Amino acid sequence: MLCMSLQAGEIPLGERRSGYEFMGRDTRAMQDDDSTNPALFWLMDGETLWKRKDGVAACSSCHETMKGVAARYPKVAGGRAVNLEQQINACRSERQKAAPLAYESRELLALTAYVARQSRGMPIEAGWNERTEAGRALFTRRQGQLNLACTQCHDDNWGKQLSGTTIPQAHPTGYPIYRLEWQDMGSLQRRLRNCMIGVRAEPYPYGSAELVDLELYLMWRARGMKLETPAVRP
Amino acid sequence: MARVAITAPSSAKKGEIIEIKTLAAHVMENGFRRTQEGALIPRDIITQFVCTYNGVEIFRAELHPAMAANPLIAFTTVATESGTLEFKWTGDNGYAETQSASLSVS
Amino acid sequence: MTSRRQFLLLTCGALAAGEAVAQLDPNIAAKREAALRAAIGKITDGKPIRTGKVKLQVPPLIDNGNTVPLAVAVESPMTAENHVKAIHVLTEKNPQPYVLSAHLGPRAGRASLSTRARIADTGRVIAIAQMSDGSFWQDSVSVVVTLSACLEDGLI
Repeated sequence: MLCMSLQAGEIPLGERRSGYEFMGRDTRAMQDDDSTNPALFWLMDGETLWKRKDGVAACSSCHETMKGVAARYPKVAGGRAVNLEQQINACRSERQKAAPLAYESRELLALTAYVARQSRGMPIEAGWNERTEAGRALFTRRQGQLNLACTQCHDDNWGKQLSGTTIPQAHPTGYPIYRLEWQDMGSLQRRLRNCMIGVRAEPYPYGSAELVDLELYLMWRARGMKLETPAVRP
Repeated sequence: MARVAITAPSSAKKGEIIEIKTLAAHVMENGFRRTQEGALIPRDIITQFVCTYNGVEIFRAELHPAMAANPLIAFTTVATESGTLEFKWTGDNGYAETQSASLSVS
Repeated sequence: MTSRRQFLLLTCGALAAGEAVAQLDPNIAAKREAALRAAIGKITDGKPIRTGKVKLQVPPLIDNGNTVPLAVAVESPMTAENHVKAIHVLTEKNPQPYVLSAHLGPRAGRASLSTRARIADTGRVIAIAQMSDGSFWQDSVSVVVTLSACLEDGLI
């Protein structure tokens, strides 16, 4: 059954499709209607947290708008890739003198969604560097008991059926997402860890350099595609 | 933190049918799921939703475990007079949330 | 469609507690059908239900059964003399048949509602309208629930 060859064939730029296009009409409608997209609770909470003083300042004490910011993350600084969640926490520790928020906590998801929402409709900007290279190495490396690489499903076999699901191209255009499977909001790292559990691999811990490198490569792979945050996915 | 969200017009013409969309932030734990260790996760759901218009009930719903998490209920009413729409959700473990919206009718 | 892992989880669960036994019960289909019949009987008090007037909209192919958008609209003038009193939504294959019961009246202007349900398995979804004249009308839709290929963890 799993006799796919490892071609690592990148999807031509013009053939890239957001996960949105693989969903049914009703799931798309759930994403499109801002007033009933379940992610609205996280956006509302995010706005509250953004404006609330925590430690010595509120996020809004320094930042006016975050338009376009999420389209440029993860960023590489000092040889290390930093994603949006980590940047929010770095800001909290260094500027606000507030405790960092736990990965996948409602607060961190809310703030991330609130920031990323401001880049909705903007194209992803990502250049190539050594961390992207490391991310691609992870994307194309076989792992887990099923001995599968990300690229085998998402580059070579997208559009085909796996169980009842259509394999998407794995573009991180809408994170954090409200996933129907979770009945909850979740980060890109939660989704990546899911996939690793799916191929029976030991998932990298939240916030690990490997997961951020992978995020960075996925953003490069989706460069130019428009952000949809907060997306709804099955 | 936001627990409920209402989308309804703030003004309407007399006799106009308006749509009201309501969402409540709630896990709607159905009482049939188990943890990885096999323990049953107890039921924790919203069981009732009521909407009143200037104190008079215009819509009521009983919710069951088969309602999705963060339940959406959208319905309609005729704009009869200016006033207040009140929404109340109640459920397991003493859950209770209220919200109101004002409607001006011309 | 039960994987070895799910089977083991179910079996362990069955040994641990009674509820999981139901999931391995060979008579489960008959039991769920009886539960659905009983629920409908409670709504109608044994009165007949006619097909028509009610329009239930559910996607025929469901991306994920956890959150299924559905809409019900009933043909009715919604006057004091002639209106819809209640709309009930039920499913055939869930552990319990009920999803939602809504009570409305002439002040709704239009007999329609939308919501999101959980649908555990491929089967029928049923909407029943109770009219002010005491009659009952229904519509039902058969849906296919596709299962996600990569499930996250051991929640069954």
